[in-house]
Amino acid sequence: MSLDVLIVDDSAAIRKILHRVLIQAEIPLGKVHEAGDGLDALEKLKTETVGLILSDINMPNMDGIEFLGKLKENAALKSVPIVMVTTEGSQAKVMQALELGAVGYVRKPFTAEQIKEKLTGII
Amino acid sequence: MIDRLSSEEIAAAVRSASHELFSTMLQLPLEADAPYDETAEPESLDGVVALVGIAGSWTGTGRIACTPQFACRLAGALLMQPYEAVDEEVLDAVAEVSNMIIGNVKTIFEEKLGPLALSVPTVIFGRNYRTHSSGVPKWTVIPFQTGEDSWNISFCVIPTKMHPHPQAARPEVVHVA
Repeated sequence: MSLDVLIVDDSAAIRKILHRVLIQAEIPLGKVHEAGDGLDALEKLKTETVGLILSDINMPNMDGIEFLGKLKENAALKSVPIVMVTTEGSQAKVMQALELGAVGYVRKPFTAEQIKEKLTGII
Repeated sequence: MIDRLSSEEIAAAVRSASHELFSTMLQLPLEADAPYDETAEPESLDGVVALVGIAGSWTGTGRIACTPQFACRLAGALLMQPYEAVDEEVLDAVAEVSNMIIGNVKTIFEEKLGPLALSVPTVIFGRNYRTHSSGVPKWTVIPFQTGEDSWNISFCVIPTKMHPHPQAARPEVVHVA
């Protein structure tokens, strides 16, 4: 069974890198959707069903923390695992994300191995 | 609460964050030269400049400046494909590089200064332009060498209460000739 993924990051470069890492991780990958911020991601999730979300925190329009909160308020989306992949390294932000229901956290800069390792424990 | 960061502390944080990025996602060589302080802003700049603002109890800006050729090499290393000229993908890659370096400098600073916020990066590409930061007394410049390429990161950060306009991180005013 293939896994559809949503990558949420305002950087097209990071979306491209994460897409490549997902392919390298040899997980049974289905469609990979991309969004530039939390608002864009919520719009995409109205029409697309995904089994995993990778999200940045610092983004314009709607940041990753607010996006995570909206996701967890939505009965249809709250069970989708979300991993934060972000430069935001402050302990308070990490704790906030985990308390809101993120299943993991990877700090940028990251290696492909770190992403694979994190996803192995989740998928 | 401390009321100043020394140039050495700023340079050490910038070097640490830069080395981490270059050794993981970029896999490019990186040598840091001795930092120095700059009180006057550059008369004229050419090439690519990326700016990321810091706000909170301290206010500041991190600035990465490099040639268009090195910007292409950075993007090539990050995205694993060659770039011949600066385009939107190259500028986005430089923005992300600056976000990761300045963001991790911010995380290092937070251990001493408390919670800080980070702006989204702004990238400028052109010739013969100036940048100006309001109320900044000096920049600490950390020069780097990557192979044949020379580039630098400049950083200014001061307590917000000492800033003439403490309501937010200062926007950069860019004059294009």
